[in-house]
Amino acid sequence: MKIDVNGQVREVDVPADMPLLWVLRDVLGMTGTKYGCGIAQCGACTVHVDGEAVRSCATGVSEVQGKKVTTIEGLGASGLHPVQRAWIEADVVQCGWCQPGQIMAAAALLKTKPKPSDGDIDEALSGNICRCGTYQRIRAAVHRASDLTAAGERRAEAGAERSEGLVSEMSAAAGAKS
Amino acid sequence: MSARRGPSRRQFLKTSAGLVIGFTVAPKTRLFAFQQPGGAPALPPPNAFLRIGEDDTVTVILAHSEMGQGVWTTLPMLVAEELECDWAKIRVENAPAAPAYGHTAYGAQMTGGSTSTWSELDRYRQVGAMAREMLIAAAAAEWKVDRESCRAEKGFVVSGDRRASYGSLAKSAAQQTPPASVALKDRKDWKIVGKPTRRLDSASKVAGKATFGMDVRVPGMKVAQIERSPVFGGRVKSFKADKAKAVPGVRAVVEVPSGIAVVADHFWAARLGRQALEIEWDLGPGASLDTGKTLEEYRARLGAEGLKAKAAGDVGPALAKASKRVDAEYAFPYLAHAAMEPLNATAVVGPDGVDVWAGTQFQSGDQAAAAKIAGVAPEKVRLHTTFLGGGFGRRANPANDFVAEAVQVAKASGMPVKVVWTREDDMHGGYYRPMWAHKVSAGLGADGRPVAWKQTIVGQSIMEGTPFAMMIKEGIDETSVEGVVDSPYIEAIPHHHVGLHSPKSPVPVLWWRSVGHTHTAFVMETMVDELAAAAGQDPLAYRRRLLQKAPRHLGVLELAAARAGWGTPAPAGRFRGLAVHSSFGSYVAQVAEVSVEKGKVRVHRVVCAIDCGICVNPAGVTAQMESAIVFGLSAALYGAITLKDGRVQQSNFDDYLVLRLDEMPKVEVHIVSSSEKAGGAGEPGTPPIAPAVANAVFAATGKRLRNLPLKLA
Repeated sequence: MKIDVNGQVREVDVPADMPLLWVLRDVLGMTGTKYGCGIAQCGACTVHVDGEAVRSCATGVSEVQGKKVTTIEGLGASGLHPVQRAWIEADVVQCGWCQPGQIMAAAALLKTKPKPSDGDIDEALSGNICRCGTYQRIRAAVHRASDLTAAGERRAEAGAERSEGLVSEMSAAAGAKS
Repeated sequence: MSARRGPSRRQFLKTSAGLVIGFTVAPKTRLFAFQQPGGAPALPPPNAFLRIGEDDTVTVILAHSEMGQGVWTTLPMLVAEELECDWAKIRVENAPAAPAYGHTAYGAQMTGGSTSTWSELDRYRQVGAMAREMLIAAAAAEWKVDRESCRAEKGFVVSGDRRASYGSLAKSAAQQTPPASVALKDRKDWKIVGKPTRRLDSASKVAGKATFGMDVRVPGMKVAQIERSPVFGGRVKSFKADKAKAVPGVRAVVEVPSGIAVVADHFWAARLGRQALEIEWDLGPGASLDTGKTLEEYRARLGAEGLKAKAAGDVGPALAKASKRVDAEYAFPYLAHAAMEPLNATAVVGPDGVDVWAGTQFQSGDQAAAAKIAGVAPEKVRLHTTFLGGGFGRRANPANDFVAEAVQVAKASGMPVKVVWTREDDMHGGYYRPMWAHKVSAGLGADGRPVAWKQTIVGQSIMEGTPFAMMIKEGIDETSVEGVVDSPYIEAIPHHHVGLHSPKSPVPVLWWRSVGHTHTAFVMETMVDELAAAAGQDPLAYRRRLLQKAPRHLGVLELAAARAGWGTPAPAGRFRGLAVHSSFGSYVAQVAEVSVEKGKVRVHRVVCAIDCGICVNPAGVTAQMESAIVFGLSAALYGAITLKDGRVQQSNFDDYLVLRLDEMPKVEVHIVSSSEKAGGAGEPGTPPIAPAVANAVFAATGKRLRNLPLKLA
């Protein structure tokens, strides 16, 4: 079976009903997409299928044949996506396990609603559980990502540099991979 | 310092001691020298905690596990404060399991009890200061100048017009004799500690690149799931694995103490294989467990006063003479930690020892357990700590369950194995916050102040039967009564008696974010609220009178009340409740603003004030307050693990509900500026939220809710 993940066509030899989540994690070795519940209740496994937020734990791999799958690893075309940058600025993450799913859900929302209200954010992200309780910052970061996106990639980058310490923190943390 | 000729990368690896301040892990002799008792307290070996690269990078080695609470950032802040390095050059690594990384207060290498920051306040600063002194000594020797003429400045040693980067000095600094003592900076000179500082682990986590336990992949690794007994204490009587082994991708089926493990190419094959297992269980007495009945038994025991945990005066006659009396009973269910990353661990049992990868809070215990299973010495177990997808206490298990299983399966199957728990396994796996019942009888004097307080507490000890059992003194597990026996309210009541019953049960129990305070703060703070109402006084004014000798309680209470607008009208349809509680060396007050509609409690706003003494990272403390409030709200509004016929009735997030984004209140955090001894931050924000909400529900409805989760019938 062939699936398109982050623009690369991958050949996988797995049962048709195997959830996309486990194909990504255990077969393709792409562990950025997380397992939290296995029954589409927590959103940790959220990926995009043809641009829409989908729970990969409850999506059979055969269902995405002929479609484009985007995971957290492929979200930013070049470097970090505005949502990821906003997440860093707002110091959202704690343990971090749910955050790839939160970010994928937020990025999908911003595609359809570039200027979401708090109500829009609640509706789009209430399927994503965070046990560390970062919800307040998630809300703030989605608004910030909306601003960054609206301001355009160039201005957004300049904005990131203006935020004191942000760029150096990003590079520091990138080098600090466990 | 690119002009400086350095050894090649290969030489660097061969002679790493030359380019860094020591090794990542010091030679064993030095580690144990540090551990030796007697004499003045030894300075830590800087080489175990810090590495400076030729490229000027400063790598801080963490003795504590990052589970969201922010040690990945706070401990480097302590080093950087004294090292005077460039914050942008900081890198962070998890320490291996080794004696050098023992907890400065506990001895064992572990993360818990909201202790990481305060317990490392000196050690990590000393490490930074020692390295700084060695860098200065190296520069002074190279320049042939007086050490006193040199100073450290943002990653450079400077003397007159001479300037050398730390990276360029690292090799010669490593040859310097570590100083026997170092002076730490005065607090007024701090440049990093005390300043809100963003997390260092954000970029890797938002990119999906951070490695958690479940993300570990090692060559030849298989993925296993374990079918465990459906009731606590059950054992496998017999099993048939033929059908499981016939599932494509299943590589082995092995029996381990906790059940039958299916080892497969991936999670999905392991799951299908597991479903095909045929197991006959010897369930044992656990099969009759019923939490409804257990609670009845607990309530029955409230009639007897139990073992004395604290007493003064003569409570019986004082109650009889009181001008007003209030009696109340409380009940709290078992709670699962339900961290977002289900439990897991990876193990490779090889000829020269064992490798274990785990997001663990308890390296020493897990290392010892793995060694015992594999039949090797503890130092032959190389424990690799990863990021933790939440801990909340569940990943610090004295029974070492999830790590032990991985080693057992790897040993039995002869394969490198990652054992992954499903969410259902995690929810059914026990080690819950215990069930509790309380009874309080309080008597008020003519002025409305309490003169007598009799309290009885019933619930399992979390220490009993663990290596921590020596902490049980005269039958009293301190964690069962914390928050009561140290309550300033009780101290101010002349006649009091606190009694404890510690029944045993096959249900495994454990610490859960804020431990005993999860239930004791609720009882104390809702009862005091009841007494205020009985005395016809405002809840804030009443507490003020009782807390005259508790200035730090009073300080946060006044701050939270003022910022919340206590005493001014709440927005239409909303009602306020407050609570104040001290735990883990810190003091937290919260005012909750709630509405009640159609029997549903909604929390709109929480104003939180914390006094944690010296505050290392205000940004981190703020985040921990927000986090602890959400964690406590989930328990207050929804959390309950119940058992019927021995089976846990909740399985996943569809029946063990937790707070979601659309229910998130606006949380405002205020930190008291303080020079008191640093306290904890990870847990102290949880205890006050449930009573603050319950007190607000009383304000809204006139109903006293004394059981959690809060239910308006």
